[in-house]
Amino acid sequence: MSAVDQQALFQFLLRMGDNTLVLGHRVSEWCGHAPVLEEDIALANTALDLIGQTQFWLGLAGEVEGKGQDADALAFRRDVWDFRNFLICEMPNGDFGQTLMRQFLFDAWASVTLAHLQTSSDERVAGIAAKASKEVAYHLERSADTVVGLGDGTEESHKRMQAALEYLWPYVGEMFVSDDVDTAMVAAGIAPDPASLRAEYDAIITRVLTQATLDIPQSAFAHKGGRDGSIHTEHLGHLLTSMQWLQRVYPDASW
Amino acid sequence: MQNEWPLWEIFIRGQHGMSHRHVGSLHAPDAEMAIKNARDVYTRRNEGVSIWAVEAKHIAATAPGEKGPLFEPSESKVYRHPTFFDIPEEVGAM
Repeated sequence: MSAVDQQALFQFLLRMGDNTLVLGHRVSEWCGHAPVLEEDIALANTALDLIGQTQFWLGLAGEVEGKGQDADALAFRRDVWDFRNFLICEMPNGDFGQTLMRQFLFDAWASVTLAHLQTSSDERVAGIAAKASKEVAYHLERSADTVVGLGDGTEESHKRMQAALEYLWPYVGEMFVSDDVDTAMVAAGIAPDPASLRAEYDAIITRVLTQATLDIPQSAFAHKGGRDGSIHTEHLGHLLTSMQWLQRVYPDASW
Repeated sequence: MQNEWPLWEIFIRGQHGMSHRHVGSLHAPDAEMAIKNARDVYTRRNEGVSIWAVEAKHIAATAPGEKGPLFEPSESKVYRHPTFFDIPEEVGAM
């Protein structure tokens, strides 16, 4: 293990944890606002699962960093430029359909990635992946069903789902761009090369989106910058403001 | 166009060997989603090992008005209650 670049491992874990943290917070914004009670509870469950996964990823990240930061410190004391999540995770909820489309596009990535991470050479990573993939399997089943239900639904719901897909599509590519951190993780046998996962991902989304009677955009253009923290969208700052304000105003507050 | 999703009655088996019990109702567009919704609404705290969803309209029920003839005759037949037996503890839940 000593051969593993700890700085790269820290970055990899931040990426995993920030994805689930930021998306989990976004999904939690629906609490009390979903179109029907059943969906409200289901979305809150998903948000809680994602935040639970965050505790594992960021907890391990803090351990690897070795500077005494726990998951809470990493979640609540960093600013926009320190976050390493995909841009798609911070995109606004939009309508219910857009939220579920974002969830589906993320769940498909998470299910493919976590399946590979279960054979990680780092057993802590493999352990978190094994636990998370049971939750994600359900998330994917649910979001895929809803995407099909709404895509192949009424004229109005179809139109909205196609618009959501086109709005979010430019943010899909970032999930499969590899950089130095990934190269180090592949060399250490900790994580798969993101670029190598695209075919598995495409197989899932093509099956579901076709069933949903939606047209997959042809453009390969991808917004990037979330995963390495170079550029986030304007939305992340607003999200962090509401997520972090209590710990910012009353540091170390507890109840 | 129908705007309301149909009502489903949800039955959950808490553990192996027990029977399914009615836990409540919910709305869902189809049977598959009814089971998913039941999972999210009624098994958040590890309550179940099995879920049944039945569309409420398929449940035949007794009418409240027939309560007398249906149930009262058994009230006076105390010998039908198995309260005269000692049940060994090993039997467990019955």
